Amino acid sequence: MKTPRRYLPDSLPGWILWGLLLLLAVGPVIIFFTGQLFYLDLVSRIMILATAAVGLNLIVGYGGMVSFGHAAYFVIGAYSVGIPAYYGFYNGFLHLGLAVGFSALFAVLTGAVSLRTRGIYFIMITLAFAQMMYFTFVSLEEYGGDDGLVILQRSRFPGIDLENDVILYYAIFAVLVLALIFAYRLVWSRFGRVIVGAMHNDRRMQSLGFDTFRYRLTCYVISGVICGIAGFFLANFSNFISPEMTDWSHSAELLLILILGGLGSMLGPVIGSFFFVLVEEWLSTFTVYWQLYFGAMLVAVVLFGRGGINGLFERWRK
Amino acid sequence: MSAMLEVSDLVKKFGGITAVDHASLEVREHEIHAVIGPNGAGKTTLVSQLAGELRADGGRTRFRGEDITSLRPAQRAHRGLARSFQITNVMLPMTLLENVALAVQAQSGHSFRFWQPVSRETETLDKAMEALKVVGLDDRADRVASEVSHGEHRQLEVAMALAMEPVMLLLDEPMAGMGPEETTTMVGILEKLKGDKTILLVEHDMDAVFSLADRISVLVYGQVIATGNREEIQGNRDVQVAYLGDMVE
Repeated sequence: MKTPRRYLPDSLPGWILWGLLLLLAVGPVIIFFTGQLFYLDLVSRIMILATAAVGLNLIVGYGGMVSFGHAAYFVIGAYSVGIPAYYGFYNGFLHLGLAVGFSALFAVLTGAVSLRTRGIYFIMITLAFAQMMYFTFVSLEEYGGDDGLVILQRSRFPGIDLENDVILYYAIFAVLVLALIFAYRLVWSRFGRVIVGAMHNDRRMQSLGFDTFRYRLTCYVISGVICGIAGFFLANFSNFISPEMTDWSHSAELLLILILGGLGSMLGPVIGSFFFVLVEEWLSTFTVYWQLYFGAMLVAVVLFGRGGINGLFERWRK
Repeated sequence: MSAMLEVSDLVKKFGGITAVDHASLEVREHEIHAVIGPNGAGKTTLVSQLAGELRADGGRTRFRGEDITSLRPAQRAHRGLARSFQITNVMLPMTLLENVALAVQAQSGHSFRFWQPVSRETETLDKAMEALKVVGLDDRADRVASEVSHGEHRQLEVAMALAMEPVMLLLDEPMAGMGPEETTTMVGILEKLKGDKTILLVEHDMDAVFSLADRISVLVYGQVIATGNREEIQGNRDVQVAYLGDMVE
């Protein structure tokens, strides 16, 4: 049999992504020698956002499920660290296990309901569930309610001291890389093909014999768990948790990152996170009304740069 | 020859309109059974009901002896009933091979496999290429579905239905909107399948129907008014009236 020239579109993460990851790997060295320790924090925060964006991209970019409530998983992951820590339990495996478990549970319960809707209804339902989480955690007076909780010590893993900011940086970096590899394999696997197929034509996928709801729900859960893990790191990174983490604006930020970076691409979530945070930092040195300029930038990207920054690179490569 | 698909008194109502009105027909094993009828006779509605996309408002459907009236499309597909669509209905941004590979995948175990790329599943891809070869699209496997011609879309529809390795095919106007050359190609494809697959063929092109079909059912206003072979249908007065109106007088 004549083998086809290419079976699947070549979407191997290009050299830009590899270069970016290499830069991140040696980042702390550069930061150490330049003495700009502030950047260690900044890049750590960017990588946490990027990990969450990789998770959200799985359902938005590859599955066509636009969730407007993924910040809910930040708060689930963060409180999985904060509440045990409040009682003096600092075991990292416990924290991570709770973050993964509760994220999966929340995703199964909310996904089973929201995935029965489409389009604007799906967006609104996911937002509603995230708001429910917000008010649930606000009502938990024991854990600080509105004010949140300070975490005295970071999660403890044998042999890994997350109290050290550089080690925390590398832990976050490792998780980002793992999330990227996992997402990449997933998208081109049998499962990923079904998710992408259902995004393009759900009705046809069903007539082919796929029970698309089960596949979409599974993808929704995987996406939630990845964002929950990002929440786990967010708590450890900031030594602080509060219901504000699940504010709708954070869900919107994740979507902005994807649109800026390029939906449905491997590079998109990473480059989008960098762009978003760095531009935010840069603009806010000029004006407190930075969001005004950011909004204008977003309009420009949506109007002229289809496929986000990743799309620009792709066109340039051709 | 035994009946593979038995449809009895099937009804579909859309508000006040009865699109399928107590239609009954029987498709035998290994036959090409054509369903013809004037525009608006309910042909596509009937196919959608047989595929399980539209619920029946009455009547029963039996497939290989099993009552499938209440089964959903995916369940019917797993029992070996595959359909193609009159209006091209594929995953447009994906390549032809990806489209067909998904059809193969649907029938070869579950797809809760998250790690191994499909591009390394040689068996899946071989089967998909085979289906593309049957319809003559194997040299265009890498083309994105949105970029190929209308005729090729129709061929892709058939390839996807074939790739499901069905016991029976429901083909909804595979020649719709095709030019004469493309029609000849499609008739050739269906001739290759004749005797091998059981096919319910909905078609407007009478030359194609008369050259392919073993038996023909005529659907008018949602009712099957006649079933028989070519001569029987051509000589049937009710059919002549339905198609030509009072001119027959």
